[in-house]
Amino acid sequence: MQSSAHTADGTANVPRLAEHFASLEVQNHAARLGMWLFLATEILLFAGLFVCYGCYRFLFPEAWAAGSRSLDLTMGTVNTIVLITSSLTAALAVHYAKEGKNKMVGVMFALTLVMAVGFLVIKYFEYAHKFHIGTLPGRYYFYEGMQMPGITLYFTVYFCSTALHALHVIIGMTVLAVAMVRAFKKKDFGPNNYTMVELGSMYWHLVDLVWIFLFPMLYLV
Amino acid sequence: MTPSSSLDTAGAAPHDEHHDDHPSYLVDGTTIKSWLLTVDHKRIGVMFLFFILLFFLVGGIFAMLLRVELLTPGPTIMDAMTYNRTFTLHGLVMIFLFMIPAIPAVFGNFMLPLMLGAKDVAFPRLNLASFYIYLTGAVFMLWGMLNGGLDTGWTFYTPYSTHTTTTVAPVMFGAFIIGFSSIATGINFIVTCHTMRAPGITWFKMPLFVWAIYATSCIQVLATPVIGLLTVLVAVENLFSFGMFDPARGGDPVLFQHLFWFYSHPAVYIMVLPAFGVMSEIVSTYSRKNIFGYRAVAYSSLGIAFVGFFAWGHHMFVSGQSTFDAGVFGVLTMLVGVFTAIKVFNWVGTVYKGAVDFKTPFAYFCGFLFFTVFGGMTGIALGTVSLDVPWHDTYFVVAHFHFIMVGATIMAFLASLHYWFPKMFGKTYHEGWGLVSAALIILGFNATFIPQFLVGNNGMPRRYYDYPERFQALNVASTAGASLLAFGFIIIACYLTYALVFGEASGKNPWRSKGYEWVSESPPPTHNFVGPQVTFPEEPHFYVDPKKAEVPDAV
Repeated sequence: MQSSAHTADGTANVPRLAEHFASLEVQNHAARLGMWLFLATEILLFAGLFVCYGCYRFLFPEAWAAGSRSLDLTMGTVNTIVLITSSLTAALAVHYAKEGKNKMVGVMFALTLVMAVGFLVIKYFEYAHKFHIGTLPGRYYFYEGMQMPGITLYFTVYFCSTALHALHVIIGMTVLAVAMVRAFKKKDFGPNNYTMVELGSMYWHLVDLVWIFLFPMLYLV
Repeated sequence: MTPSSSLDTAGAAPHDEHHDDHPSYLVDGTTIKSWLLTVDHKRIGVMFLFFILLFFLVGGIFAMLLRVELLTPGPTIMDAMTYNRTFTLHGLVMIFLFMIPAIPAVFGNFMLPLMLGAKDVAFPRLNLASFYIYLTGAVFMLWGMLNGGLDTGWTFYTPYSTHTTTTVAPVMFGAFIIGFSSIATGINFIVTCHTMRAPGITWFKMPLFVWAIYATSCIQVLATPVIGLLTVLVAVENLFSFGMFDPARGGDPVLFQHLFWFYSHPAVYIMVLPAFGVMSEIVSTYSRKNIFGYRAVAYSSLGIAFVGFFAWGHHMFVSGQSTFDAGVFGVLTMLVGVFTAIKVFNWVGTVYKGAVDFKTPFAYFCGFLFFTVFGGMTGIALGTVSLDVPWHDTYFVVAHFHFIMVGATIMAFLASLHYWFPKMFGKTYHEGWGLVSAALIILGFNATFIPQFLVGNNGMPRRYYDYPERFQALNVASTAGASLLAFGFIIIACYLTYALVFGEASGKNPWRSKGYEWVSESPPPTHNFVGPQVTFPEEPHFYVDPKKAEVPDAV
């Protein structure tokens, strides 16, 4: 049933149809719908932090401006570019999976993972700098150079949201790593079997999307 | 097994001879492993039922301890700190471990695929995972409770919850974990409704219970992540003092309240919407009439789910909200009443001129109607800002939410337990004891909470350990009512356990219901339907064709 000979060992690359589904289309539709709903819950998870951000920004505009200026804009910008590029490679992986080019799927996810590690390394340097000078949340704040009402709150929001985001980066990396190993080892992605790649990639886009909101909120405005 | 679209043969349907080919889900694999690792939605539902009843018992014991303590002013059986912990644990266990999962996770899990003509929910393994996530969360919560307990009330209000020396963090972490279980169940049910409906079951042929579960799942998916984030923030704040809600650092405790009620108000509808759905099924079955105003009932479920997201501010009328905000939230709160009233009118319209078969579930329906109407009307009163301010944090509020949220949910939980008992276990229970215990429970519930309305209206604040002499008579009355209630539950436990072991076989459809879930065998085989695609009657609960009815106004 496959037109192109893309599987290395010649196995039919059709996913297993679970017994309770009527057809493969329904099964894939269900998987995609489930993922979209899950992404909606993720957005609402971050929405709670965005509300905290909004309220405290309204209450302490000076602290927010000062806190925002104290962040390293270069590192933030580089990180944004890294993460958006990694989203591109993740999207390309879906493209190659649909064509059954398993090796390219693996390579694309490997590139995504490399950039994800890069993102976390840069984030680590930013965090290390803050630990060094003392711009830390709540009662751990000890930076003398910037003292004003609400400034500790800015760093509470900063650390909570970026740490939660970093956690999502790590979860996303795990998902993509599993898909990458499968692309290299089992080589069974193809036009009828790319749901796993697509869902993993969707999750990665969400991780990217959240950062696209966090970056201007924390660094730019 | 020949699938039949006709349900009329019901009661006497022979099913024993089929057991050799397609054993019921209860005996298809009898090892412990076959239960613990099952992906069958029915077995998962039964496992949920077991633990939910267990936690209901735990919460109930806490409730009785509270009522005994409040028998006399001053210390009766415990000190003030124990009392604070006890009411917190009562609230937490009842809300997070019993009421939120009660109907969706047990009966939703069991009935949804049957009602949609599906072999299972869309993601069976996720379903099993949600069960174990629930248990993990419960273990964290109970561990925290046993290791010191917490005394914040189930609302975890900051700044107290971030400073109290009691064990807040593990309990909140437990609530966070249970949230994932709730989300997983919600996603599963929504996807099941979208993709697993059998041919012929269109959206507006879905049973109303499915509509209610669908609306509930939407709330679960959209609201739970917010409380998830919030519990983590407060647990982190309690452990490390990050200062997110600490007024000393500019943090705003009212922001906590907003985020908390953004989940916790819709959570009320997570508890009560499935109850509404159950009642829509039961009222049709026992009145032997098609549901009155099907679409109105279906849409009002979605309406409640939608409006429920915009009413949270009525919990904070005295938290420093502007008068304008309070007014807006008050009006939005009353909209919930409009949608609920649509349902109530339709249920009553269904019973009207029906051939009522007054069985145990119908008795619970009557109790349910009473609690919904009176609980709902006190809710409208509480939604009025000028009335809420004096009633705020009194026993009037306690009695109100026990009527509407707990009363309605427990009535529906017991009604569905009795209504679907033959479906789930293929056994019948003793009808006489069923009616006796239903009467005891409904009376006991009223006797517990009507005095609380009165004592609250007289000014007794909630969560207080001590009270002046003049409130004692009403408190004693309330405790007496609670014992009646407990007695009713003990009777149910006895005869249902007896029925489970020694009960007579019920046959396929003892109620001669035309609900879709009765199309399959009782108890159903693994994968529910065997053989070719079952055809379903043209709509659920189709008892009378309105176009051919002999009496023109019969429907």
